[in-house]
Formats: sequence, C-alpha cells, structure tokens
Amino acid sequence: MPATRRRVGLFVTCLVDLFRPTVGFAAAALLERAGCEVVVPAAQTCCGQPAYNSGARGHAKAIARAAVAAFEPFAATVAPSGSCAGMIRRHYPALFADEPAWAERAERLAARTFELVSFLTDECGVSEVDARYEDTAAYHDSCSGLRELGVRAQPRRLLATVEGLRLAELAAPDVCCGFGGTFCVKYPDVSARMAADKAADIRATGAGTVLAGDLGCLFNIAGRLSREGAPVRARHVAEVLAGLGDRPAIGEPARGPLSGR
Amino acid sequence: MDATSRAFVANARAGLGDAALQRSLARFQGGFTVKRREAAARLPEFEALRDRARAIKDHTLAALDHYLERFEEKVAESGGTVHWCRTPAEARAEILALCRAAGARTVTKSKSMIAEELDLNPFLEAHGIEPVETDLGEYIVQLAGERPSHIIAPAVHKTREQVADLFREKHGNDGRGAERIADLVEEARRALRPRYLAADVGITGANFLVAETGSSVVVTNEGNADLTQLLPRTHIVIATLEKVVPTLDDAATLMRVLARSATGQEFSTYTTVSTGPRRPGDADGPAAFHVVLLDNGRARMLGSPFQDALRCIKCGACMNHCPVYGAVGGHAYGWVYPGPIGAVLTPNLIGLEEARHLPEASSFCGRCEEVCPMRIPLPAMMRVLRQTAFERRLGPAAARAGIRAWAWLARRPALYRPATGFAVRLLGALGRRRGRFRRLPLARGWTVARDMPAPEGATFQALWRRRGRQWGQR
Repeated sequence: MPATRRRVGLFVTCLVDLFRPTVGFAAAALLERAGCEVVVPAAQTCCGQPAYNSGARGHAKAIARAAVAAFEPFAATVAPSGSCAGMIRRHYPALFADEPAWAERAERLAARTFELVSFLTDECGVSEVDARYEDTAAYHDSCSGLRELGVRAQPRRLLATVEGLRLAELAAPDVCCGFGGTFCVKYPDVSARMAADKAADIRATGAGTVLAGDLGCLFNIAGRLSREGAPVRARHVAEVLAGLGDRPAIGEPARGPLSGR
Repeated sequence: MDATSRAFVANARAGLGDAALQRSLARFQGGFTVKRREAAARLPEFEALRDRARAIKDHTLAALDHYLERFEEKVAESGGTVHWCRTPAEARAEILALCRAAGARTVTKSKSMIAEELDLNPFLEAHGIEPVETDLGEYIVQLAGERPSHIIAPAVHKTREQVADLFREKHGNDGRGAERIADLVEEARRALRPRYLAADVGITGANFLVAETGSSVVVTNEGNADLTQLLPRTHIVIATLEKVVPTLDDAATLMRVLARSATGQEFSTYTTVSTGPRRPGDADGPAAFHVVLLDNGRARMLGSPFQDALRCIKCGACMNHCPVYGAVGGHAYGWVYPGPIGAVLTPNLIGLEEARHLPEASSFCGRCEEVCPMRIPLPAMMRVLRQTAFERRLGPAAARAGIRAWAWLARRPALYRPATGFAVRLLGALGRRRGRFRRLPLARGWTVARDMPAPEGATFQALWRRRGRQWGQR
C-alpha cells in the first residue's frame, strides 16, 4: 500500500444511491483495497445527464455546478458508471464552453474523473481481485463507458482473476441494450425491441449471469430478462469484483436486512 | 416529398410489427457491419484516411463559395451549364425546362437522394414525362410505388420473395418468374435495357463535384449510371452544394473511405467521371451536359452548429450500425434521409416542428459517430436539436415538467435526501417480496415490456452515514 493514500471522491450516482446501494459499497471496498481513501460527499445528487440529454441545458448546468463544487477538492473522482463518469469527463467542459471560469473548473474536474473499473486498473495498477463467483458470466459493454471512455479490456481483465468465474462473450457486446436514459420511456416500443435483442444475445450464450458497469443498462436488461422468465442474474461488475456476488441479484427478492457489508 | 416524420411513433410501431421488414433488417445490418469492420481492418491507414477525408471536407466547406464558382467556370469551359437553384421548386422547373428542350418523353435516372428531395418522379409524370429508375433497388421501389428506405440500399426493406412477387406481377411473365437473386437481377436487366436506349434524357446524382475539372463523379455497383449518362442526348446532374471537392485527388481520397464504410468494398465496382458534353472525336457521350445545383437549406447550415453534417458523403454507415434504424427501418423516419444522419439533416432541412422526434429517438449509444468516416458528431448535434426543441417547447409538456422537477430537486441535497429516501423506502417495501414490479403507476413506458427491479430499500448515502463512514464535506 502506498505511503500516502489517494483521497478519492466516490460519485455514487443517483441510480446506485437510490436503487442499489450494494454497488456503492462494492465500489468503496474496491477503492480501499486499491489503497485509496474513500470520501462520499453528502452534497452529491445527480450528474445532470438526464437534463443535458433532454436539451435542458440550463438545468444541466445548474446541477453540474453543484457537482463540480462537491468533487473538486479530491485527487480523483470515481463513479461506478461509464455514463456518469463520461458525462463529467467528456461533457462538463463543453457544457460550460461559454463560461470561462466554470469551464476551467469543469476541465480540471473532468481530467481527474474516472469510471471505477478502469480507474482501478489504469490508475491504481490493480491487476487481480480477491473474489470468488461460481458461474458463467456474459459482460455487456455499456455504450458510454465503451465509446466515451474506452472501457472494454479492463473489466474483462479483472473478471478473469475472479475464482470460479467463466467469461462468455456476447455476439454483439457493443450494441446498445436500449436503455438510453429517458429514451427508454419516451420510445418504449423501440427500446423494448432493443432490450429483447440484448436479452436474446445473453440467453444464447448460456451464461447464468450478465454483468455490466452501468446500473441503467443493468436495470433495463434485468427487467427484460425477468419479464421473459429467463433464469439469468444481472449484477454490476463491481459487486462480483468486490466479492459481493452472494447478494440478491438485480430484481431478485430481498433476503434479510440491507447493510453495508 | 411529403414528410411523415411527425408520425414517427406510429411509423416505428408499424415497422416493428412488420415481420418481413424485420427479417430483411436483421440480415442486412448483420452483413454490413461485419463487412465494414473487415474492410477497415484490412487497411492499416484507415483511421488516418478518415482524418484526411474530414480535413478535405472541412477545408472545402470553409471556402465553399470559392470552390462552387470554380466548379461552375470549369463546367462552362467544358461546354456544360450550371443551374443554381435555391429551392426544390426552382430545381424542378429547371429540370422540366431542360427535359422539354430535349423533347423528352422518357428519362432514365440513376440513384439520387436529391431527386427524392425534389419529389422528381411524380413531378415528371404529372408533366407527361416518364421517369425510369435504373438502380436495381430504386427500380424495385419505383415498381412497388414506394420510397427508398435506405440511402445506398433503397429496397433493403423488401425480402427476395417480395421482389419475386412484385416482378411476377409487374413484368407480366405468366406467373413464371425468377426466385434466385441472380435471376431477379437478370430479369431487371432485361426489362431495363430497352429503356436506356429509348431515353431522351439521363439524370444522375453525384457523389462528388470536382472544382478543378468541372467533373461530376458517380459510383455504382451496377454500371447503371454509365448507361444513364452516356446514351441519352442530354445528361442532367442533380446535386447539392456540399458535394463539391477541390480536386480529383480529393475525390479519390474520399472514395477510399466511402466504399469501405458503405458496403465494405475497397472500391465501388464502377466509378464514372463526367466532364462536359461529348467532344469532337469522343466515342460516345451526351450532346448536352447540365448540372442542377441545389441549396435546399444547406447554405443555412454553414456557420451553424450543424455545419459539420455537410461533411456527409452519404455512405450509410451510420444507419447500418444504428440499433434504432435496425429496429424500425428507414420509412419510419418519414422523409428522405433515415437513421442518425437523417435525425440531424431532416430537422435542418424541413424544420424541427415536423421532425422533432428524430433527434429524440436515439439512445445516444454513439455507434454512428464511431463508424462515420467523416467523424460527424451526430449525437452531439442531436443534443443541440433537443435543446432547441426544449426551448421552443415542441415536445410533450409533461416530459419538460419532469426534467424541471428533477433538476429542481437535484440542486437541493437537503430536500433531495429525505424525498428520495422516502420514495425508495416505500418502493423497497412494496417490492421486497418479489424483488420487482410488473406494473408501476406512471411507469408504463418502462413496464410495458420489462419488469422494474425494486430498489434495495435504503439509499446508499443513508447507509454509508449510518456506518459512520462519512468524512469530508459537510
């Protein structure tokens, strides 16, 4: 462990905060094991992406300002989501293009903001994890992480070190699952068809588990799989890497009280 | 052409419910994406070539007036004429005048999306001139009384069986009729051959207009553009302003990314360069050469946030890779250009009121930008259009109110925490036994085709603080 621990702000994301705290604890555990000091700023809410992608630029800016202020004290900001990390890293600077003072702050934050798994491998030098998961798992590449941040090899590399886990490749791992934020409720027919295609691809691999790095995609995929009655569990990749793969999967009934660890 | 983009939702539903269309789309998208990837992988400098292609178009667009005037000069020097047209109506009038001057009764056409913008076929027919499409896909679409559903594969929405039935009906061959694709192609060739010879005017589109020589360049895989422009007495090229490039070398560079991105070919089978009418001593060629140069909204895009979309070389890679296009098909978009480039061009060319759905109906997966040879930032442009729509209140008021409410709450952590905490506890308790909801009030869009996983029942923030792990801020 390095002498001075890197102080990391955990951008837990609104979906993890509200729907699946397990992912937040998994992320915190992985970061701590990688030698980071994890801080969870209480002032964080949402990255502003729903407003930004709905064309509500003014609202997106207002939310982004709060996020910049909450996370600029940290050496690094890490999110268990390629989508939210991509929003901060790729879109915050553009959002403030017409406000030089804020643009500078946004750019500083953008340069130090990372998606969780790629942060572990690329910034902390993590090359293996101490975890066990007995199943065949297919990994879905969430679009933002893949195309905005280049997250592809990193999760597969770490998953390969999970004891008992066998990785199955989807036929089209890089094709959108149909979530797309507000897209999935604005155009439910189109989104449902994309989700059905993704579910078919997952089922064709015979994997018992599907993993991804974004909770939005995972809720969409898990919701479609369970509607089809498919016996495939969906989990955030961080849960498996952190050894929390024994918790109920997404959409499974709860067992006992919810706690951090 | 009359747009139905406003009805995107209904159009999409029709596409999703059309079993034959779904079979066609699945086969074609699978094929084109693999072929493009393989073609790109075979050329080590493909990415660098994309950068050069983009630079050529950026340079041209920055000095478009210069290159267009130079093009006109060179066309005039080679004995042809350029007709500048601001609107479809002006272009149609110009084309009709040229056809009448040639005494035209039939006109052969090679593939042109600009002709679709002009709604040229119904216009010519209304004026007693018969247009004959010579591209196989366009020919099929014309016989069926339909519209192209893809910019390089116009009949991609039809299955082989549907085409066989169509040919049996229209060619009147006594119920015999070809079944294999090669036989269908042969049958179309036989039907088209006499039409080429009888045509008075040939109309082609253009992939590029070359400023240094005054040439038009057309690529095809069927050779139909050659027959269309060489045999009739008059050749009319119809093209929009942004088709111009400075030199033949530039056109060659763009062609190297065009075919690879479009069909995965190294080069299209036929590349035809036309410069002016037939000269003394030429073996063949038309007696008259005209270029109808159409603006139809392009000049307005110069200097706007959408200028980069004018780099488009109409390869179709964006729609070949688009999961939304692959689900609903090209007709759902309701105007000339489907897919991601259509989602940007259509609102610019016919108005955001008509086409506001198109930039909204994207999951922003980013595959289009990833494969666009000209590196057009299509999702970013769709986002700008969404911003305009939001500001002009074009979409449903409820969606805007929802976003405003969320943004209001997200800016107030002291209120956000208890409000979201309460909702999450409630939903968590309700969904605890099954772990998911099959139906939820106000979430029909989600639950119509998928379950909603239940939240775990407490927020991460609350659990984290309860564990005494909260340091730092506040």
